[in-house]
Amino acid sequence: MSDTGRVMLLQGNEAVVEGALAAGCRFFAGYPITPATEISEVMSVRLPAVGGVFIQMEDEIASLGAVIGASLAGAKAMTATSGPGFSLMQENLGFAVIAEVPCVIVNVMRGGPSTGLPTHVSQGDVQQARWGTHGDHPIIVLAPATTRECFDLTVLAFNLSEKFRIPVILLSDEVVAHTREKITLPHPREVEVVERLKPTMPPEWYIPYEDTPRGVPPMASFGDGYRYHVTGLIHDVRGFPTERPDEIVPFLDRLFRKIHQHLHEICRVEEFLTEEADLLVVAYGSVARSAKRAVREARARGVKAGLVRLITLWPFPRRWLEPHLRRVRAVLVPELNRGQISREVSRINQGLTRVEKLNRIDGRLLTPEEILGRLMKM
Amino acid sequence: MDKFGFAQSQKFDTYASRLLPREEYFTSGHRSCQGCGEALAVRWVCKAIGKDAIIAHATGCMEIVSSGMPQTSWMHPWIHVAFENTAAVAAGIETGLKILARKGKIPEPLPAVVAMGGDGGTSDIGLQALSGALERGHNFTYVCWDNEAYMNTGIQRSSSTPYGAMTTTSPPGKRSIGQATWKKNMVAIAVAHGIPYVATASPSYVFDLYFKVRKAIETPGPAYIHVLSVCPTGWRSATDLSVRLGRLAVETGVFPLYEVVNGRYRLTVQPPKLRPVIDYLKPQGRFRHLRKPELDLIQRQTLAAYELLLAKCQAPYPEFPVLSHEEETIAEGA
Repeated sequence: MSDTGRVMLLQGNEAVVEGALAAGCRFFAGYPITPATEISEVMSVRLPAVGGVFIQMEDEIASLGAVIGASLAGAKAMTATSGPGFSLMQENLGFAVIAEVPCVIVNVMRGGPSTGLPTHVSQGDVQQARWGTHGDHPIIVLAPATTRECFDLTVLAFNLSEKFRIPVILLSDEVVAHTREKITLPHPREVEVVERLKPTMPPEWYIPYEDTPRGVPPMASFGDGYRYHVTGLIHDVRGFPTERPDEIVPFLDRLFRKIHQHLHEICRVEEFLTEEADLLVVAYGSVARSAKRAVREARARGVKAGLVRLITLWPFPRRWLEPHLRRVRAVLVPELNRGQISREVSRINQGLTRVEKLNRIDGRLLTPEEILGRLMKM
Repeated sequence: MDKFGFAQSQKFDTYASRLLPREEYFTSGHRSCQGCGEALAVRWVCKAIGKDAIIAHATGCMEIVSSGMPQTSWMHPWIHVAFENTAAVAAGIETGLKILARKGKIPEPLPAVVAMGGDGGTSDIGLQALSGALERGHNFTYVCWDNEAYMNTGIQRSSSTPYGAMTTTSPPGKRSIGQATWKKNMVAIAVAHGIPYVATASPSYVFDLYFKVRKAIETPGPAYIHVLSVCPTGWRSATDLSVRLGRLAVETGVFPLYEVVNGRYRLTVQPPKLRPVIDYLKPQGRFRHLRKPELDLIQRQTLAAYELLLAKCQAPYPEFPVLSHEEETIAEGA
């Protein structure tokens, strides 16, 4: 392997596998589902070769269950699915949030609801990724737009997940997953990999869910010699179920605080031609690529358009978007759903500017022409 | 074990091809692959089910290839459900019909309720729903199309994939021989629920399949039929060998045809002499990588399983323990 990295022709799903392996993922449990199957298939070949474990489970509930178990045992673990499977995972997802188990879930979005459009693109799971599991909970959701970004964001997903002890969802879509592109994979040395914080104190001093300034307690793996109790019930600092209001509130507060006080580490957007932009396009995933070209062509025609591409969808990068909303004449949010992110943009907009939607729900990608046509009319 | 009773009709032992119905309830024009054993099985199962039936079908190959307009092939009322809940939906249909009949809203006899699913939708993700429905004792028939992998998403292993088979998630290589576990015995699981009728069937033995389905439909209470459906695409076999492979599976003892009526096993097709398993494995590309030790292991395991089945079939009828109220009658008689 050369120092400059490897040049490869990969599709998004394969890049996710490369990213996961580079980030140190050594456990994958999955269940075949279009259009995420390639991740399982490539993992089944690649993981054993690096000493990892691939298991095909009996369904998606079991897949995420196995991933949680593997993560508690100390492995970096991941699963991949699409809409119907993601729906089945929701209960375990909530468990991973409350038990603070780091893991990565790839959801390659397809048309929904239910079996929907298995082989066509959609961005319909954005709000489900945020609110799918019940109860108030924090979550991190990343949305890649290119094959290279599938690699980078998978690494980032593992890093954030390990750093904050939270499940991270990589919200890919069918177009991103199946687009084959030439990409240069970075040399393994250049990939920043974060490991979870392990306890260093003597075992009898260890308080597994103790509040720390960062809000993220160190995590012992099963078998490290530290005793602790893992439960899906609301628990006290020692991990045992509690019903005391004075313990419930600090616990839930800490779950949210560990994310909200580190927004600058989590939230990412890409700004394209936003300086002095008059019209702003807010897009993510595969649509952002159409939007980028539309913005470029609009500029060529003398319309001052700009693009803010959301990389982190949740927590919503409000602070990064608000300055633009104060300035621009109008915002266009093109999406492959009926307006799941435009709803969020309108919510933080609070009348600062005009927010318009451009939606397509027929399983096809929004073309640059459609976005450009709409931009020219605005 | 006789809590549900038997199929009432006794006409299952005589057969002639002219007696089989001419009506097609699974018509031609669907989009299945060339040589699809599953489509053949569905056609004969639907013939056997007859006109008055409601079918719930899980996500899977057959749902994809046969339900898209305008190539839809089903003549029955047919509902496509999610992947994991076929048996649950069928249970709902059956109960709904029963209640409507009780209230006099629909006339009796009620239509048969049939649930269908692939091996993934039956033995993996759908097992919980199936187990629940069998346990509650709904009067329905569950048919499993076992093509031994997830063929719809592109040949991934299922728990029904046989040992050693190559699939895209059990790739053979230096450290792997392909599928590393043995096929899940779904029939034994169904039998363990104490349901009145369980059977294996194959479209290569059409009469056997036909009468088993008829029995299952006529049996009051739940019935389960496991149909081996050859998949040339996934098994990497020639498309003209589908029926032949189905026969070889039976003749080698890999997939014996038997039925279990109220817990009692009976072989319905008994090959006079078993062929070596290699005859069945050879035409299939998915077993191409296997070498002598693995083939011997498969042969040994197949014979052991077959022997176990024969033992079950020939088990002597157990003597009933004398019950307390009978003791009195015996004493009185004496």
